[in-house]
Amino acid sequence: MTSKRISSPALRRRQVLGGAGAFVLAAILPAGRSRGAGMLVEDATASFAPNAYIRIGSDNIVTMILPNIEMGQGIYTSSVMLMAEELGIDPQSVRIEAAPPGGGAEITGGSTSSMTEWMPLRQAGAAARTMLQQAAAARWSCAPGACVAQDGYILGPTGQRLSYGELAADAANLPVPKDVVLKTPAQFRLIGRPMHRLDSQVKVDGQAMFGIDVQVPGQKVGAVAACPVIGGHVGHVDTQAALKIRGVVAVLQIDDAVCVVADHYWAARKGLAALDVQWVEGPNATVDTQAIYRQLEGGLSSSAILADHHGDAQQAITQAHGRYSATYRQPLLAHATMEPINCTIHVRPDGCDIWTGTQVAERARDTTAEVTGLPKDRIRLHSQYIGGGFGRRLEHEYVTQAARFGRQVSHPLKIIWSREEDITRDRFRPAYLDHLEAGLDERGYITGLTHRIVGPAVVARWEPSGLGANGYDDDLSVGTVITPYTYPAYRLEFARREPPGVITAWWRGVGGTRGLFVVEGFIDELAQRAGVDPVAYRREMVRNNPRALAVLERVARESGWGTPLPPNCGRGVALQFAFGSYLATVAEIEMAGPHDVRIRRVTCAVDCGQVINPDQIAAQIEGGLIFGFSAALYNEITLEKGRVQQDNFHTWRVMRMNEAPGRIDVHLIESTESPGGIGETGTAAAAPALANAMAAVQKRRYRFLPLLSPLNQPSGHEKEQQG
Amino acid sequence: MLTLQINGKSVEVDVDPDTPLLWVLRDVLGMTGTKYGCGTAECGVCTVHVDGRPVRSCSLPVGLIGPRKAIITIEGLQADPVAAAVRKAWLDIDVVQCGYCQPGQIMAAIALLKKIPNPTDEQIEAGMSGNLCRCGTYMRIRAAIRNVAAAQGATP
Amino acid sequence: MTMTERGLGRITGMLFALLASTGIHGARAADAPDGQYLTRAADCEVCHTRPGGTPFAGGRAFAIPGMGVIYSPNITADRQAGIGAWTDDQFVKAVRDGVSPGWKHLYPAMPYRDYAYMTPDEVKAIRAYLATLPSSAARPPENTLKFPFSIRSAMIFWNLVNGPASSHPDDPAHTPSWNRGRYLVEGPGHCAECHSPRTFTMGVSTTNAYAGADVGGWRAYNITSSKTDGIGAWSADDLATYLSTGHADGHGSASGDMGDVVSHSLRFLTRQDIGAMVEYLRDIPARSSTDGAPPAVTQPTATHDQADSHGAMLYAGACAGCHLPDGSGRQNPVASIAGARTTLGAANGQNLLQVLTHGSALQTATGTAAMPAFHGGYSDQDVADIANFVMHHFARSSTTVSAADVAKAKTASAPE
Repeated sequence: MTSKRISSPALRRRQVLGGAGAFVLAAILPAGRSRGAGMLVEDATASFAPNAYIRIGSDNIVTMILPNIEMGQGIYTSSVMLMAEELGIDPQSVRIEAAPPGGGAEITGGSTSSMTEWMPLRQAGAAARTMLQQAAAARWSCAPGACVAQDGYILGPTGQRLSYGELAADAANLPVPKDVVLKTPAQFRLIGRPMHRLDSQVKVDGQAMFGIDVQVPGQKVGAVAACPVIGGHVGHVDTQAALKIRGVVAVLQIDDAVCVVADHYWAARKGLAALDVQWVEGPNATVDTQAIYRQLEGGLSSSAILADHHGDAQQAITQAHGRYSATYRQPLLAHATMEPINCTIHVRPDGCDIWTGTQVAERARDTTAEVTGLPKDRIRLHSQYIGGGFGRRLEHEYVTQAARFGRQVSHPLKIIWSREEDITRDRFRPAYLDHLEAGLDERGYITGLTHRIVGPAVVARWEPSGLGANGYDDDLSVGTVITPYTYPAYRLEFARREPPGVITAWWRGVGGTRGLFVVEGFIDELAQRAGVDPVAYRREMVRNNPRALAVLERVARESGWGTPLPPNCGRGVALQFAFGSYLATVAEIEMAGPHDVRIRRVTCAVDCGQVINPDQIAAQIEGGLIFGFSAALYNEITLEKGRVQQDNFHTWRVMRMNEAPGRIDVHLIESTESPGGIGETGTAAAAPALANAMAAVQKRRYRFLPLLSPLNQPSGHEKEQQG
Repeated sequence: MLTLQINGKSVEVDVDPDTPLLWVLRDVLGMTGTKYGCGTAECGVCTVHVDGRPVRSCSLPVGLIGPRKAIITIEGLQADPVAAAVRKAWLDIDVVQCGYCQPGQIMAAIALLKKIPNPTDEQIEAGMSGNLCRCGTYMRIRAAIRNVAAAQGATP
Repeated sequence: MTMTERGLGRITGMLFALLASTGIHGARAADAPDGQYLTRAADCEVCHTRPGGTPFAGGRAFAIPGMGVIYSPNITADRQAGIGAWTDDQFVKAVRDGVSPGWKHLYPAMPYRDYAYMTPDEVKAIRAYLATLPSSAARPPENTLKFPFSIRSAMIFWNLVNGPASSHPDDPAHTPSWNRGRYLVEGPGHCAECHSPRTFTMGVSTTNAYAGADVGGWRAYNITSSKTDGIGAWSADDLATYLSTGHADGHGSASGDMGDVVSHSLRFLTRQDIGAMVEYLRDIPARSSTDGAPPAVTQPTATHDQADSHGAMLYAGACAGCHLPDGSGRQNPVASIAGARTTLGAANGQNLLQVLTHGSALQTATGTAAMPAFHGGYSDQDVADIANFVMHHFARSSTTVSAADVAKAKTASAPE
């Protein structure tokens, strides 16, 4: 999604948790589990709480409450760095706590975390530091400006020294300053320098608590099966055999799902296997993949929404020296986060606790209030580490489901979706069909470009107010309207088609991932048509865009673009401006045969503005690329009789280490622009860079995803129109 | 009652013999460092050691193990020098992202390095390609294992 | 280190007394027949149950080459859909003579010729057991048979040529155990139905008995005592372990129909009965077959195949999680595939492709040992590359399969 819909976290005073919060924490920590660095705490009741994010106790313990949720992107580390930079403390000494619903960002997603935190968290740190300086100055009767904050101490003009803990009580009585002075980049000691992740230790020790690891005293575990056809419901259920399984205590039902509850998950799974459920499959029981693609094809020639335009692109094409068009197709995609969907809930008459990993804590809380009839302030949501987000946990239907099952029992209930349930009942990245036509000048460069997107508007379901007045979902602008290129004339159309039988949702780099595969593929085709080197062609197109030009030149140099390669090898390039960052990517591959793709090397040059933690930029791009390559090569969700046909890693293939690139080099371009997003840029770059490389080796275009689809073979569906 | 040796301790569990070790660890013994990912031995996040071999605990029925096999989980590596070296390498180059697969990756890496202290890249890939990572940390896992091997080679 | 030492708690050693031991008095049990035991020995459930359906409610499809598709009937006690309204004698006549009430001749997918080894009392015991199970009103689909087989009375002539044999008295020249083994193998076990080639009238060949046959896309291997083509080189212990658990180290695991036979039938038989079957099987005259060159077990080495071939890469990722690079089985001994005819390239890789494209599920004492079908996430070429790697890796076999073979294997299994 684009950044504009993500509301900034407000600097508001957070409700202090009652004793119950601390009690729960103690209860869920198994004996011997330490509260070491990186463990999420949930009991920050401290004397000094200048804002929503910082707590300093008289015991000198500094706790930071982190507005965006950690799902691998390293946001806890960079959030702490931003605050610690201004506060003047060692980030490694900080305790961390996930913000409760209403206390942080409404939503973690869209590669917006660093963008939205850049100012507020530094201001929060600076405000706390200012108040500590004022408190010290009052003790020493000197000017606050004469007091220096350093490594957890305020140092006075004549060698005095007080720890933050010693000053906390005094500082708490001071008014929160409205305007604070922030450090200049030249004064940064943390920002822009590599720092080890704060969550690494607990994650390598196996101590990090993910949602699925939560253990609440008295909890039972539920194995869930929902109707395999979306829109269907539970018909007859025979519980006799299931209840005979040792350890099974109950079989619960809601309209579209059943849950076998047991002492442990294996007993629940056996109970679920023994349960005889007749599903009433409903109208979607006839949907298959071809029906979805046929529906998209209908949108290529129907009426459409005019999403964006400048100049008269159609006239430019009509009058052009040459014309070129192509149609691209992309499939439904699952998320398949390594941590399968789960949620633990304890619904009581007077309140409710939820332990889960979610990118939308407020929504999850609110829906639980609706289901249970409890007021929102009686519902506590305890955010856990997320074992992979990728947009999956921007949905919260599993929390709703847990609440609907959980309200039927008095004990805490943990529901776990099997991997099969996790994939078949995922909410999928939509399938799209894109048609582009370009008018070209004598040299083969664009004079006018029309682009039609056929597919759903994810935002219309997810956040209806985000849908444009004309029915456009501006997530589709990433990689299309938002681009490093300027076209003399441009027209973007959107024919909205909501597919039957599936629910579509966000996915890592949604708009950028879908848009760039199409646009960067098409530009590569134009370069090929013009007989111009793909890098040179793009260089010409961005000659007035210095940031884009810089990443392109850098990647060409670092990748050895144009240097000779062994037989069956080739390179592909992709250039992008997405999520506020510029990225140029070169994939170098070898193809021993049309089915055997080895990615020898990937080189990226990135300008993502001011960098907080440079090594984590590289980590996000490396991981994002592999996530994108995996989908680009292998993945497509298909349906038959309304049922999803992929259900585990033998049918939903994920790139393995021996299929991953031989090396990935990420080159950061120094920049003082505001931070851009990074978590999704690599994923967006993967498919176009790889497809363009495959096209270079195989001498034919790859317009369908997944790239190894038979549709991309010489006998497959390929039509070109040249004028 | 079945008797198992887990992290050097003898424990008795009252479960059906077809119960996978994974769920005994997680739901009966409360040891949640070992993760559930696929249930079909395809992803490796549930990897533990049984007599030194990396096995997928999701597909190992406890009834097949017996009371004498030494089961080691991610929680049971405190005194293990190879484990310490592996963890240090993981921390040094910040391998983890979401971290969910990492206990399994680390268990696989330790078993690999104990069997082959100085593995070639092919041996690293053969030993580690059964372990999926959705965040895509493979580049750094590879590098971390190479670093352990290099460090061990330097100080035999 | 040997494979056995490396294994994780191998299936507990089963040392079978092969010669007559207490409890065996020839073909018949001394006591009153045990209906449940005989129902299992005759493996009624697998054929009379649709995948995922109520046990014994029928509906499983059988594609008979040249004849068409027939569906097994419901044999639960339901009076309309099942056999609840039949008399005991009618049931006996159906099971032993292939003639059901109303003189409807059963099709030879029903091994009544073999079941005639059972006495009427034994068959009645099966019926009595079936009557204790939940009944089902499910009706299987209509058969889709080609002329002339669509005319049931054609079976009269079929029976004249291939039809039921008469009674089978114990052969005094052999031990009681051997006779018990013959009864189980030739009778309720109906092993020949799959493992013997068919004659041109689709009858079971007697001249080439147990020399192997193609069944529903699989190769039912030669199980004569031929040391090269059959099971003559297997030890008695290995054979017994394989029959009763579906797995023997060095010989791989049962999958496909044989997996079903172990899951629903053989694993419930007593040690004595398994031993008796082994004794009889090892006495079946050696016959050669076209199952392919005898598999040569070779220990995989690091150098004899390309570690970076596409198939090797796929194996390391998708297969080694259970089977390990050396094929010894990672967490479950059932996953030990080294030495199996299937991984050694027997029958032109036919069974290997069947397992890869249809998966396998073997019921064991510690739950289901399952392998998923890999064709969904992997292309036909990928699956062929895996198979070719496996055959070369484990046996240096020169057998190769193509993507087209994989496509064929995907559809060549018995319809369900």
